[in-house]
Amino acid sequence: MTGRFWMLGAASAVSAAAIIAACTTGPTPMIPLPADGSAGSFKSDPVTQFERAGKKSGFLFATPETQTMQKDDFDNPAFLLVDQGEAMWVKAEGENGKSCGSCHGAVANLRGVGNTYPKVSKDTGKLFTLEHQINYCRTERMKAPALPYTSANMFALETLVMYQSRGLPMNVSNEGAARPFFEEGDKLYHTRRGQLNVACIHCHENNSGNYIRADLLSEGRSNGFPLYRLKWAGVGSFDRRMEECYGQVRAEPEPFGSEELAKLQLYVNWRANGLLVETPAVRR
Amino acid sequence: MSTARIRLPASIKKGDIVEVKTLVTHTMESGQRRDAQNNVIPRKILNKFACTYNGKEVFKADLAAAISANPYLAFFITATESGTLDFVWTDDDGSTIKESAKITVA
Repeated sequence: MTGRFWMLGAASAVSAAAIIAACTTGPTPMIPLPADGSAGSFKSDPVTQFERAGKKSGFLFATPETQTMQKDDFDNPAFLLVDQGEAMWVKAEGENGKSCGSCHGAVANLRGVGNTYPKVSKDTGKLFTLEHQINYCRTERMKAPALPYTSANMFALETLVMYQSRGLPMNVSNEGAARPFFEEGDKLYHTRRGQLNVACIHCHENNSGNYIRADLLSEGRSNGFPLYRLKWAGVGSFDRRMEECYGQVRAEPEPFGSEELAKLQLYVNWRANGLLVETPAVRR
Repeated sequence: MSTARIRLPASIKKGDIVEVKTLVTHTMESGQRRDAQNNVIPRKILNKFACTYNGKEVFKADLAAAISANPYLAFFITATESGTLDFVWTDDDGSTIKESAKITVA
């Protein structure tokens, strides 16, 4: 089955040679790099697509089998949800009789948008994650009901929009109106919580690359969300992963879509700045 | 919300051995799991798969509860003529998921 027992069979530390072999075999680089050169000088080197600005993507901490699933858009089960998102994009909903496409046109027009979230909404002054923005468009512009933050429909639309930015560097701003939210997110990341009384940094900064029981700890870079997690046998958002993180330290999880998770996501996405968007990624 | 995806190679010559890849959305509930109230979540899986090539069955499989969610099945066929590949997955409750793909043989 899935989940934490995955790693027991491959208990040896993932060697650099194995990672390089997994990334360089195969016909094309996994992430389509933008033609405008915004991905910098790493165009021809598949390995450094995943290690940029001194940061390592979670891809490098996954087993070769998991990496293989992400490399092929057919094998990647998250694309079943992207198909669902594409169907939702053109479907008119709500009293105004509009679909997402009525205002935005083709969803490809949103390339370069998803990788800047969370950001402060100009309309409301609140910190918006991509999910908050989707629901704002639905309730205010389409006069359609908001999607629950736990629903597959929300994950489908969010994955579709983030997927348009695949290959672009994460580019979240922590300046200006976002600064106070960013500083609170920074504090949250460094706050001990739960029965185990640890903060995010204890796993993801102090111990990345080490094993906790049978799981290899990554650097916690959030450049692949929403992603397909083998443990869930499905796609989930950042908030869904946070529910697990909080649970793993035996802390009370925050509700999906809450302000606290939005501030945390701002900080964690900022930590991933420079890494290329891999949505929809595949992780264990 | 079940969708199926099929992949065939782009260019196929007559007599080629072609790998057909299929992926379908389905929870494939094994019947071994329990919910938060400790009730067994009932088994609900796709238990049969069949592929016909211009009406003639070329591949079939019985699937059991150990197959994970969103089953991925890949198999090989010999390309003989252009036409249609029809795929059908059968659920425990008798409902089916059907998908077709055109195969063009040079």
